[in-house]
Amino acid sequence: MIKVISDFIKRIFFQIFQDRSALKIGLYGPPNSGKSTLANKICKDWIGEEMSKVSNIPHETREIKIKEKITVKHKNKELTFNLVDTPGLATKIDYEDFVKKGMKAAQAKKRAKEATRGVIESIKWMDSMDAILVVLDATENPYSQVNITLIGNLVARKIPLVVVANKIDMKKAKIKKVEAAFPQYDVVGISALKGHNMEELYESIFKLIRER
Amino acid sequence: MLTLQFIPYKEIQSLSSEKRISKILNIVKNDKIVLLQGRLFPEEETTLIERTMEQISRSKFKGVEICTVMPNTNQTLIDKIRNSIASALLGNRDGVTIIGPASIVKEIKRDPDKILLFTKEAKKRRRR
Repeated sequence: MIKVISDFIKRIFFQIFQDRSALKIGLYGPPNSGKSTLANKICKDWIGEEMSKVSNIPHETREIKIKEKITVKHKNKELTFNLVDTPGLATKIDYEDFVKKGMKAAQAKKRAKEATRGVIESIKWMDSMDAILVVLDATENPYSQVNITLIGNLVARKIPLVVVANKIDMKKAKIKKVEAAFPQYDVVGISALKGHNMEELYESIFKLIRER
Repeated sequence: MLTLQFIPYKEIQSLSSEKRISKILNIVKNDKIVLLQGRLFPEEETTLIERTMEQISRSKFKGVEICTVMPNTNQTLIDKIRNSIASALLGNRDGVTIIGPASIVKEIKRDPDKILLFTKEAKKRRRR
């Protein structure tokens, strides 16, 4: 209950006291698609420090994380924004999945509970974003309902988006499949971990903000 | 044994979003798979996820698997405009939405006109 109240206060506080001129760019997507890895890569590139903890166990990010005033420079242009890293969206969370990854039952149950709250928070924050990078794992099936629901919601809420097909350094990655799944959107293939194709992503972010 | 419960769109048409979601989740929590005519509005889909998450944290419920399959028809521009106006006003009756409990339904895949529904038992059986 205390956590729910503190998350609510955090969101309201952010909405009231944020620098209204600062753009908010959110990283949304399913768990383990590499949102936090991408957040860290962007922060490392432009402010020299990381913002989120990463792990191979899903739902590592269980609360909203914000890095303020990141200034990206690209082709003589500058863009300053607040980067919002969000917990992965999911329709199911089973603590036993965390136990299978080597966690103790009590720890896994706590993680599952926090993860459910994280999903709710991600959804609640969606409306306060100016633009969203939908981060997908390019090695996974792009036609998952979470991806479709997420993109459908952004369209309904008129929030501009870029589809980021992450993990293109992996053999199983199928960027063409992601492009075929979302033909009406700009799809950028990157590897946040290896830093591949980040220039194209920054170009897309500029374009997204310009067309907003 | 799997139980599939069909919900025609007219059964939820007059309900508020919260009541629609509550109706669907109550069926799913009774270990039944819902076959809903049409689809929910995008905002209702996220509300369904929110309510699902709230109920996971309160009970032994583990969540849902959802899949929406839309007919892949080549419509004329006029048909598209007519259908989008009808969908905005009356809701989307095209296609079908499947919502099952995650404790029973492991995965739902589109292929793209047919639906592959993998249940936990089926996976176990295959492994043996």
